[in-house]
Formats: sequence, C-alpha cells, structure tokens
Amino acid sequence: MEPIVSVKNVSMRFNLASEKVDNLKEYFIKLTKNSLKFEEFWALDNVSLDIMPGDFYGLVGLNGSGKSTLLKTIAGVLKPTKGSVDVRGTIAPLIELGAGFDMDLTARENIYLNGAVLGFSKRFMDEHFQEIVDFSELHNFLDVPLKNYSSGMVARIAFAIATVTDPDILIADEVLSVGDYTFQQKCERRMRELIEGGTTVIFVSHSIEQVKSLCNKATWLEHGKIIMTGDAETVCDAYSHKY
Amino acid sequence: MKTKLTNFWRYRFLLTNLIGRDLKVKYRRSKLGVMWSVLNPLLMMLVMTTVFSKFFRMNIPNYPVYLLSGNLLFTFFNESTTSAMGSVLYSAPLIKKVYVPKYIFPLEKSCFAFVNMLFSLIALVFIVVITGAPFYISFLGVFIPLFFMFFFCLGIGLFLAAGAVYFRDIMHFWSVIVMALNYFTPIFYPVEIWQGSIMMYIGRLNPIYWYITTFRDCVITGVFPSTLQISICALCAIVALALGSYVFNKSQDNFILHI
Repeated sequence: MEPIVSVKNVSMRFNLASEKVDNLKEYFIKLTKNSLKFEEFWALDNVSLDIMPGDFYGLVGLNGSGKSTLLKTIAGVLKPTKGSVDVRGTIAPLIELGAGFDMDLTARENIYLNGAVLGFSKRFMDEHFQEIVDFSELHNFLDVPLKNYSSGMVARIAFAIATVTDPDILIADEVLSVGDYTFQQKCERRMRELIEGGTTVIFVSHSIEQVKSLCNKATWLEHGKIIMTGDAETVCDAYSHKY
Repeated sequence: MKTKLTNFWRYRFLLTNLIGRDLKVKYRRSKLGVMWSVLNPLLMMLVMTTVFSKFFRMNIPNYPVYLLSGNLLFTFFNESTTSAMGSVLYSAPLIKKVYVPKYIFPLEKSCFAFVNMLFSLIALVFIVVITGAPFYISFLGVFIPLFFMFFFCLGIGLFLAAGAVYFRDIMHFWSVIVMALNYFTPIFYPVEIWQGSIMMYIGRLNPIYWYITTFRDCVITGVFPSTLQISICALCAIVALALGSYVFNKSQDNFILHI
C-alpha cells in the first residue's frame, strides 16, 4: 500500500536574526559592514516518516520539539528548506481553529468566508450550511458579529466547518482541548466517524493518555529529530518513561 | 501552469468572498453604504473644480469631466497598489495557519479597488449628463484602458506586496512616490502646460499618463483608442505584471518567515 503522506528527509531552517532587520537602511548598513548575520535554527532536522491510509498517527514531544512545524509542512503552510513532502489527498487542517475569521462579520458570513479559505466552493457551502450550524449548535446567534462570541463558540464553528467535508487527511493540533466537556465529546465522536469513513488522522497532543487511546502509530520528536517511531503503545511508554 | 490555473479556479470563491468582506467592512454602519463610492468622487471633484478652475479652466473644454476622469484612474492606481502592498502582511494570521495561494491577497485588493472604481464610473456618467457634454459611443471604449490598467496595477501591487514583507520602509516610501506621480501626471492641469519643456518627453514615460489620456480620448474627445495607445497600455501592463509576478513568485515561500 502507498503511504498517503510521505515525508522524506525534511529539514526546516529558521533564521533567528539576533535583531530583526526589516528596514532598508539597516539592511544596507549591515550589508556594507558585512555584519548581516543570522543565527540558524533547525526546527526539523532530517525527518522522514510515512503515514498509511487509515492511520491514526500521533506526534509526541515537548514544547518546541518541532511537532507543529512538521504539521505545517504537511499542511503546505511551510515549505521545507530541504527534503520533500508528498501528500496524496485532501487535507483538513485543524491547526489553529478559526484562522481566517473576521471578527467584524457575522457568524453566517464567517462560515462562508472560512469555507472559502479551506477551498470549498459556494455550492458546497450552501449544501452544508445547515449541517455546520447544527453541529455547532449556534442557531440563535447566526447574525451576531463574531467579536461578541466567546472563544469556545468560535472554536465550535471552526471545528464544524473544517470537518464538514470528508477529508482524506485530518490534521489535529491540540484541538480537542477547546470547548466544554460535551463539545469535546462531540468532536471526538466526529473524529471517530471520520476515521471509520477512511480518513487518516495526524494528531498532536500533550496528553499522552489521549495519544495512547486514540492512535495506532506514533512518532516521538525531540529538538527537531525523530527519537522513535512505532506503534503508539511502545512510543508512548518510552516517552512517559523518560519524563 | 495548468495546476496553477486549476488551483486558482478552486479558490475563486475565496476571492469573491474576500471582496465581499472588504465591501461589508468598508461600509459597515454607514447609512449610504456603497453609495459613497459614487458620492465620494463627486464631492472631491466639486472641491477640486472650485479650487482649480480658477487656474486652468481657460484651456480645458469640460473641466469637471476632465478632472474627474483623471482623478478616477489615479485614485484607482493609488488604492489598488497601496492596499495590495499591505495585503500579505495583514493576512499574516491566515498565511501562518492554512495553505492559501498567497497571490490571492494582492489580487483581491486590486479587484476590490477596481470594483470601487466601477462604482465611481457612475459618478462620471452622471457628471457628463449634468454638464451637458456630448455623450459619445466611444465611451464604451473606456474599458480598454481600464482593462490594461487593472493588470498594470496588479503587477505593481504584487511587487510591492512582496517587497513590503522584507522591508516595511516601502510602505512609507510608496506614499511619497504616489504623491510625486500625482503631480507628475496631468490630472488637474492640461497636458499643454508641458509644451516646450523637457516634461514633454519625461511625462510620456509615465504609464499612468497613457491610461489617463486614452481614457479621456474615449470620454471627452469621442474617439476609440488608437492602435498605438492600445499597444502602449498593453505593453506597460505586461511588463508590470511579469515583473510583479516574477518577484512575488520567487519570494513567496519565505514570506512566512518574515511576517
């Protein structure tokens, strides 16, 4: 079977400018003085992994280990400095919910806007509008500007929009930590539904228990390098053993 | 190229949605709403006509129409390039989180400015009628210079948007350039005052000069654009667009590291 996501020798470099040069004068002064130095920082260092269709793939690691950077390269937000990422299928990114919401617009307008950001067509949104509203349970507030919403309510809409399609790949970065308990349950149920429908999930969480119970495979990252890849049980045990 | 086009087609709904958002946000809570796009140039023209007609009226047959048509195009140039310039920076939260083709943002700003300009075109028709100027069939020809000017502005906008990501100075500097161009272009004064000076030659290097004069020929003189005019308008558009998209395309992968 062909992997649905194949990450090959990916490295990602960031320039940590000791002082960020973003005006021309400084740039030229530094250039002439030859002091335009950047401190290099490798957020990912030669990372390779294959994710098979139907996997529930967990990423574990401490803060700053490169999990989010890896997710962003898979989602196409970041282009790796070296290496390549091959993705066969559509992606629903739940990296930070509500990216692309405009707080001045109403919920109804935002649902369309956010759908458009995710690349859905107008027809698709018309067809699924009710479904999104039902899932997020916000019927009475549809024509209220989003700035009057609580962050939990915003997250509900965002989750509903992102999962309304049946994506081939769902990227979930700490999304289950938003919303109240019942909504979390609902999200988890929806994710399970998607998996039963054949969606591959890439999942990041700091709750090792969650990873253990949901995922079948996992990768442990540290300082941008892979420490261990294998089935979730083994990786999680090794990880919790160390910390 | 083909994948780029299908990708663009996929995101066309995003483009229209962003334009819709800008319209809603711009006219939110204003009673007259989109009417302002018509009213604004009218009032501006009224003020400028009062001020400038003392100086230049003698040489120009229908000064209000002359002034408004020049002003309309220049405002479009200014609005589309200036808003496109900041578009990538202001969309940073989005670009950092979801994959969206990045040229959508400057493109959207150019389209939005173009839509606004079309509304203002109503004001121009209005003034032509009010002042009792003859209404030529060549008026329909204005869409030729406007069409090319859109791509000219888009090219400049793409270039500026990419530049502004790396050097924020451009944003401050551009307003000075726009002001200089404003005086450099025959908007409120007749072209004839260049006569006999070196401006005769330099002034013609300015692409906006060509868009505006071609536009005026359609509206005021009553002739359709000549082949020469069309070629120059098209050439400027192609050069600007090629330059803008080249620079934008080259630098866009690194945007995320700088915004």
